[in-house]
Amino acid sequence: MIRRALARVFANIDPALGGIVSLLLLTGMLVMYSATYDQPGRFVDQARNFGVAFLVMWVAAQVPPQTLLRLAVPVYLVGVGLLLAVFLFGVRKKGATRWLNVGVTTIQPSEIMKIAMPLMIAWYFHKHETLVRVRDFAAAGVLLLVPVGLIAKQPDLGTAILVFAAGVYVMFFAGLSWRLIIPAVLFGVAAAAAVVSFEERICQPEVAWPGFKDYQKHRICTLLDPASDPLGKGFHTIQSTIAVGSGGITGKGWLKGTQTHLEFIPERHTDFIFAVYAEEFGLLGILVLLLLYCLLIGRGLVIAANAPTYFSRLLAGAITMIFFTYAFVNMGMVSGILPVVGVPLPLVSYGGTALVTLFLGIGMLMSIQKHRKLVQT
Amino acid sequence: MPGAGATELKNAEEEIRAFHLRLVAAGLLVLACFALLAVRFFYLQVANYDEYQAAAEENRISILPIPPSRGLITDRNGVVLARNFSAYTLEITPSKVADLDATIEELAKIVEVQPRDRRRFQKLLAESRTFDSLPIRTRLTDEEVARFAAHRWRFRGVDIKARLFRQYPLGEVAAHVVGYIGRISQKDQEMLEERELAANYKGSEHIGKIGIEQSYERELHGITGSEQVEVDAGGRAVRTLSRTPPVAGNNLVLTIDIELQRIAEEALGDRKGAVVAIDPMTGELLAFASRPAFDPNLFVDGIDTANWDALNGSPDKPLLNRPLRGAYPPGSTYKPFMALAALNAGKRRPEQTISDPGYFMFGNHRFRDDKVGGHGVVDMVKSIVVSCDTYYYLLANDMGVDTIARQMAPFGFGSLTGIDIEGETAGVLPSTWWKAKRFRRPEQQKWYAGETISIGIGQGYNAYTPLQLAHATAIIAADGLVKTPRLVRHVHDVRTDARRAVELPITRDALGQPRPERLPFKPEHLAVIKRGLEGVPIAGTSARAFAGAGYVSAGKTGTAQVFSLKQNEKYDAKRVAAHLRDHAWYMAYAPADKPRIAVAVLVENGGFGAQSAAPIARMVFDYHLTGKRPDKPGQAPFIGKPDAASEDEDD
Repeated sequence: MIRRALARVFANIDPALGGIVSLLLLTGMLVMYSATYDQPGRFVDQARNFGVAFLVMWVAAQVPPQTLLRLAVPVYLVGVGLLLAVFLFGVRKKGATRWLNVGVTTIQPSEIMKIAMPLMIAWYFHKHETLVRVRDFAAAGVLLLVPVGLIAKQPDLGTAILVFAAGVYVMFFAGLSWRLIIPAVLFGVAAAAAVVSFEERICQPEVAWPGFKDYQKHRICTLLDPASDPLGKGFHTIQSTIAVGSGGITGKGWLKGTQTHLEFIPERHTDFIFAVYAEEFGLLGILVLLLLYCLLIGRGLVIAANAPTYFSRLLAGAITMIFFTYAFVNMGMVSGILPVVGVPLPLVSYGGTALVTLFLGIGMLMSIQKHRKLVQT
Repeated sequence: MPGAGATELKNAEEEIRAFHLRLVAAGLLVLACFALLAVRFFYLQVANYDEYQAAAEENRISILPIPPSRGLITDRNGVVLARNFSAYTLEITPSKVADLDATIEELAKIVEVQPRDRRRFQKLLAESRTFDSLPIRTRLTDEEVARFAAHRWRFRGVDIKARLFRQYPLGEVAAHVVGYIGRISQKDQEMLEERELAANYKGSEHIGKIGIEQSYERELHGITGSEQVEVDAGGRAVRTLSRTPPVAGNNLVLTIDIELQRIAEEALGDRKGAVVAIDPMTGELLAFASRPAFDPNLFVDGIDTANWDALNGSPDKPLLNRPLRGAYPPGSTYKPFMALAALNAGKRRPEQTISDPGYFMFGNHRFRDDKVGGHGVVDMVKSIVVSCDTYYYLLANDMGVDTIARQMAPFGFGSLTGIDIEGETAGVLPSTWWKAKRFRRPEQQKWYAGETISIGIGQGYNAYTPLQLAHATAIIAADGLVKTPRLVRHVHDVRTDARRAVELPITRDALGQPRPERLPFKPEHLAVIKRGLEGVPIAGTSARAFAGAGYVSAGKTGTAQVFSLKQNEKYDAKRVAAHLRDHAWYMAYAPADKPRIAVAVLVENGGFGAQSAAPIARMVFDYHLTGKRPDKPGQAPFIGKPDAASEDEDD
């Protein structure tokens, strides 16, 4: 009886995905324990966050993709509406207007867009499935850029990048022409190379970068030469690089990271938690973590490959790639190859909101996997 | 149609194949990026392991900010108004201390720790991050420093630090101008982060809160330096490795003449009020007095509750910057501006006369002139000299409130003057559109023609700051030249010894128009107004206050009603409670032919302008123009009710 009841409760939980996620969570709790040695409350908080997020995942796994298809437009419109509300009368904290006061609490509508965006773009292509034309990509581009623009203006570069990437992934899976992708990638690489090689000249204070705010330029220049700003953001990069490097092959051992425990790593339980991990578990630990992320992404891509409808294929592919983007941007930033933007390490960093968003995505992947046969018959 | 079905199927298959290809491409991207990361980690953790291992080992290397010393503030003659001194503080880093209370108890056995110090520490603790170093005691004596040094090994996370403290040597004098600094609050911190200045404030504990200290924070603060130090296991610096010195903040030279300021403040004495003195040719503020005042030194280390309650709760509002933020009806000082406005708008000619019966009838409401029986035949010059209310009741009625507003706005009435300290009040320049915007209910929004009448004599909705009145007076004195009032003469960069003037932005008047450099008054119009103003200290209401002055001045007294009289009631100062008594005004400039100073004086509840405000202006002019100090230092004399000869003048 009980077994059957349990089996029904967990019927929609994909065991492979569930297993990988659990391993990542365990790793996360391990690091969190070390990173918050002086604030034990945080550890308990994060355990509670996991509980909430898990519930969200379970609920999302019950929702069939057809319902998601129907929810796509309203969720997107609500998301954009809230972003506009933030733009008009948002709450300003620490130099950015990201929050909206809804009486009982403040919410951060840009977080909703991380899920609403792939839903919407996937819905759009699904509607035009019979014949996807170039102008559909243009239309999808507009759907994408309006909220991304609003988020970037807050300013919240990290979230803007994630939301933008989510939309682009859908377009990519919908068949965006290589003739557009390849030049864009080449241009990006060339621009990065140019910035790196001409750093000394273009990072002079009197040189203004078109389209960039001063602080954004400052962040990129700090990445190239952390020593130029040892009291500000450069400090993060210098110290996290030392933490990672001094971990060596095997790491210093759990709870034994000196950088961590002497408080040299800033934001060590949130965006820079990977530095704690790298210091304590070394290259071997990192490879294990990378492997876990590869498995997670691999499983997601397989689910996308098996998905029955155009909509669910695009959605599954994009959600999977969002996980990749989170992981890559965060690890890149901690190891000093990407600028410092506020992107957490998925399933490991402290923070309830990001965790809920990620688990929502996982729940949706599970739902797509479970409902594949129902639609095919 | 089987053919079509097959194509569709084939299309679907092709589509899925294309999608799978994309999935593979995405997978490859993931692998490539992770490989790139792996290479980076190999580079950091294997190839350069030794270097980073060493760095972490010596980490132990800590980067400490070195706060710059704050710029000095002096008056125009170099008298120091704000300076720094160095003193030792005893500081605790809470994150490094296991039991804070026990540690403080132990410390109290070595150095004196007052309950007040503890309370302040607890307050700081609640506001700060645990790894900040927080003072438990400031200004240690040499003996206390020595005593703690002997016991230092017992106290992990407790240190003696040499800190710079701010001091305002003149105390209350010019306190409202100079302002004060205070500890950086949560709100300040957010503002700093917003402006990307947080890095430059690492190690800084204070920030300008009000006055010049606040508005010129950018100049005064300087650039924080940094020091790479080697620290021992307890986090104490043992050796300095490299050092980037801080750059001290710039010094500020104010436009204020502190002697004149002191005379103005003493002349106000224990009365509430304001004195603003401007050089009309440059806009430089020579004195900017607000009484009562406060001692800014109380705020530097965080003011204690008793002092704060005393200042904040006082009915005299010593924290209120009256010339900047107090808006009062200008009373009769408004008349010369009304007269110039009438000439400018073509509503009066100077020689046009009225016959004053002692009142003006509007409908069946009688607007009284102070002089029973009236002033007889009055032209424009006489209207100013004798301060004839009837003349201006009529004039206001002829012009209408909106024409008055359009003519008065260019003087800066009802708009920010653009002075270089924050918190200025715009006051109220009444007009039909102002009223429509100000009130909610339709019946309140309507302008009644009867309300226009008292606008003419500076009563009614009119409300301006002493700064605005001084500024407008300076414009008349300088024949229409508009100079934004300023408190900082120049910024002095100590390293290069360069002196740089401060550019103040152009402001907008109450109509939203940018202020011009010069108001285009006709010289013959200005001459009429000035003739009238010159008559006042000779034959008018301020004649007694200016008897025997060694220069020719021009001015106008004013009395602002705090409390409205019923139609047939007569004002009797003795019968009215002190806080409802009229405010006394005086606006003036001197010398009349080539003005070097323009003033506005306000004495709250001072009664007639001639009695308490004009004598203050006299003392200010005497010192500025002839160097003569008051015979009796201190509060300006109260000049009794004008004698019989001048009783026919209103005020």
